[in-house]
Amino acid sequence: MVFRRFESARAGEAEEAVTYSTSDDDDEIYDAENKAIDFPGGRVAFTPQIKFISESPDKRIPCYRVLDDDGYPIAGSTYEQVDKETAVKMYKSMVTLQIMDTIFYEAQRQGRISFYLTSMGEEAINIATAAALSFDDIILPQYREPGILLWRGFTLQEFANQCFGTKDDYGKGRQMPIHYGSKQHNFFTISSPIATQLPQAAGVAYSLKMDNKEACVVAFTGDGGTSEGDFHAGMNFAAVMEAPVLFICRNNGWAISTPVSEQFRSDGVVVKGQAYGIRSIRVDGNDTLAVYSAIRAAREMVIREQKPVLVEALTYRVGHHSTSDDSTKYRPLDEIEHWKTARSPLARFRKWVQRNGWWNDEGETELRGSIRKQLLNAIQVAEKTEKPSLEDLFTDVYDNLPLNLHEQEKSLRETIKRHQKDFPSDVPV
Amino acid sequence: MGCGVSRLDANGMAIPARLRPIFLQRLEEIKLRRQNRHLNAGSTPSKKELLLHAMDDDDNASHHQHSPRASKSVPSTPKKGDKMSKTEIYGKENGIVANIINNNNNKDDDVVAKESNSIGKGKNDPKESAIEGAKANMKDEDDDGNERMIGHEDDDAFPGSPSFRVYFKDINGEDDHIDDNGKRDAFKDAVSSDDGISPMVVIRREEDMLGIVRQRVACKANPVSSLEQGIRLIASRAFSSSAKEMTVRDALNSALDEEMSADPKVFIMGEEVGEYQGAYKITKGLLDKYGPERVVDTPITEAGFTGIGVGAAYYGLRPVIEFMTFNFSMQAIDHIINSAAKSNYMSAGQISVPIVFRGPNGAAAGVGAQHSQCYAAWYGACPGLKVLAPYSSEDARGLLKAAIRDPDPVVFLENELLYGESFPVSAEALDSSFSLPIGKAKIEREGRDVTITAFSKMVGYALQAAEILAKEGISAEVINLRSIRPLDRSTINASVRKTNRLVTLEEGFPQHGVGAEICASVVEESFEYLDAPVERIAGADVPMPYAANLERLAVPQVLISSCPYINYFVF
Repeated sequence: MVFRRFESARAGEAEEAVTYSTSDDDDEIYDAENKAIDFPGGRVAFTPQIKFISESPDKRIPCYRVLDDDGYPIAGSTYEQVDKETAVKMYKSMVTLQIMDTIFYEAQRQGRISFYLTSMGEEAINIATAAALSFDDIILPQYREPGILLWRGFTLQEFANQCFGTKDDYGKGRQMPIHYGSKQHNFFTISSPIATQLPQAAGVAYSLKMDNKEACVVAFTGDGGTSEGDFHAGMNFAAVMEAPVLFICRNNGWAISTPVSEQFRSDGVVVKGQAYGIRSIRVDGNDTLAVYSAIRAAREMVIREQKPVLVEALTYRVGHHSTSDDSTKYRPLDEIEHWKTARSPLARFRKWVQRNGWWNDEGETELRGSIRKQLLNAIQVAEKTEKPSLEDLFTDVYDNLPLNLHEQEKSLRETIKRHQKDFPSDVPV
Repeated sequence: MGCGVSRLDANGMAIPARLRPIFLQRLEEIKLRRQNRHLNAGSTPSKKELLLHAMDDDDNASHHQHSPRASKSVPSTPKKGDKMSKTEIYGKENGIVANIINNNNNKDDDVVAKESNSIGKGKNDPKESAIEGAKANMKDEDDDGNERMIGHEDDDAFPGSPSFRVYFKDINGEDDHIDDNGKRDAFKDAVSSDDGISPMVVIRREEDMLGIVRQRVACKANPVSSLEQGIRLIASRAFSSSAKEMTVRDALNSALDEEMSADPKVFIMGEEVGEYQGAYKITKGLLDKYGPERVVDTPITEAGFTGIGVGAAYYGLRPVIEFMTFNFSMQAIDHIINSAAKSNYMSAGQISVPIVFRGPNGAAAGVGAQHSQCYAAWYGACPGLKVLAPYSSEDARGLLKAAIRDPDPVVFLENELLYGESFPVSAEALDSSFSLPIGKAKIEREGRDVTITAFSKMVGYALQAAEILAKEGISAEVINLRSIRPLDRSTINASVRKTNRLVTLEEGFPQHGVGAEICASVVEESFEYLDAPVERIAGADVPMPYAANLERLAVPQVLISSCPYINYFVF
């Protein structure tokens, strides 16, 4: 895995693939342009001309795209073929995700849940990524990736259970809404501090390497998350440790109210990959097929070469950052509208799917109606379900219930017995 | 001043004015009660006289002190107006030894006594020659000939535990029978015969001079890289149990070694843990034995490698993350608290984090504010974590093994100055399956009159103080907390119910400290048993200064003084 540090300082034994223009007989040839010298870190050619690397390239790194805005495949595009079943499932999931977001958002506005966060505009990233990965791939999400859970079989009722914090919630009501987590779906519980999952992903991958599975670790972040120190640590470490992590950055242009022009001055996130020695690609995040193909290819590389890869998916955050935000305060309404309608990933993909004869308008209406009904039902059920019982306040702090918590619980129960009528009736004991 | 002893007010009383009336009344009651108890136990009436003197006296500090070495049985009654006649001089840091002998130089040290014409009369003074001899033996290299990091020059130079000799001593205070060519007796005579020695003496954190002399003769420093090499046999020690000794460093190294060989999931990560053999040599030899996959040298990013460790633990490995000091853990504290501590709870048991964060905690010597903070209280406040603070080698071995085997995240607070200290270890502690229970404190020394709680390095201080108090006839019970979270409240409370008085001792800042929590717990559960307010001794409420004299004042020290407070405790 890691070459010994002291050896790497020895001159003349460069390890990296980056080549410098030197001729074969280094020692003999004295070329004014291409003399090479040894330094810790490897052999490097040097030049007598003073030349700075530009802070921005002449041309920005191009973005990989397969379908145009009308859903027609671009001439000469290479992409992974998708069969009818997968395509329809992908589309249906995207629609489900969109409706789920709308209805839960409304539920929060009605005061039924305390918080919600939508993934509007990023459905393609969510679903296409999920479809391109295997079930065994371990996901360390940020928080705008519930589509992955949806794809893997998390039901609408289970989503509602978490948002309402009922006793059926896998998180036992411990987390605020949208902080889903499910071990059986290989989806790590969402953690609020930004970018902490990135070095943790390297650690999970380090551990996963021992299993020798055909699987990798997938860690998500947004454009804002790349400013965190943990982003640097996670990327650097993954590269040094050669950990099989697929870093996916959803560059949606906004970090709450901070636009990317204030977030970083580099050409997006894709160029940062090379700074760490990580292969990277930029893809049109609203193009379902492009995302699917890119993730497939990247995952293949990660598993085969056991090295990290970075994928930057360009997209737009159509919704507000969360229910605590009103994005019309810092961005123009027409911009939001434009991305919501003209550049909608669902519309684009739907055109392609329908053109293939795999989908039609009736199916659309029927699907939307059915999902809506299911969701409303799920919410009603969740609202009526009991909250987690008292003992769930104290369990899982440690592996085993320690004595002091045992005593606290006992004392709490005694207090409840003494003041029966003051105790809220909706909390099961 | 770093010591938490209360200031004396004009009347020489050391209690807040508003409490004085109640206090005095209680004092009377307690006096009567204690009188009977002590009389029955056969203690001397002279102590009561002592007390009466103390209560009348304005300038009570120096009159009631008598040398712990004066006699072993009944302490003589000092008369009012007597100057201090005997004192015990303990050693001092290297190079500064002379200062304390020549009190003239210590103008800035208000702890040292006013009698400046006291000790250290001349070159032929036997004390001084002993000190000189000791200083000559200090060196800058370890036995392998490797140069040491700055600040670690005397690691391994003193295989004994000089300043914690009290630990080795028989509980009754009998001296060890070690042949040191009469140096010790010579010193003893010099001390006993000296008049007008300052009553207030500061015991430094570093070498006990006497200890140096003794250790030099009795022990040989051995290079230590494994359990076998780390055990030092000291045949001449008069201990009944196993005669093996071990430094804390070796204890930790052997514990890591054994746990790594027992479970292939255990791996170590940190800065300098591999090639450099560990910043404090705790992981010495492990890279060679287990390879770079299991002993991982990391780039300088605490946030990074802590995050990686947490992620690895999420997926089932058992990382041991080393922080070069816990001060640097603050750069990773989000991962420790928000990820490691809370994940099991927030995921409802789906993600467990069997990780150990370890490293030196608290003050070292001359490293300034950013390298000296004690984090026991910070981490001890956080549910989801377990926080351990070992003192002796046996503690270090047992608790580290328990921590690595524990499925919950554990913060393991070591102490840099303890790494080189040697402690006796029993045969059972040397077994590879040995471990100590988490959450149980240890009563290091049984007592009747006052309970002193301490953890890590301060346990040694508490034991020293207990020794000194014992010479005055106060029997102190010293509790080695071992575990900050969960705190062993039952042991502490049981002890306070027995002794009726509590002094909490810690090196960290006083506000919201470990002592505050212990005090609250005792007041909540054993209020009726307390005969006096709980006394907290903590570090000064300032960032740790660098200058040696200021640093000394910023941490607790062991004093031989007749703190009037303590005298009130004696009946």
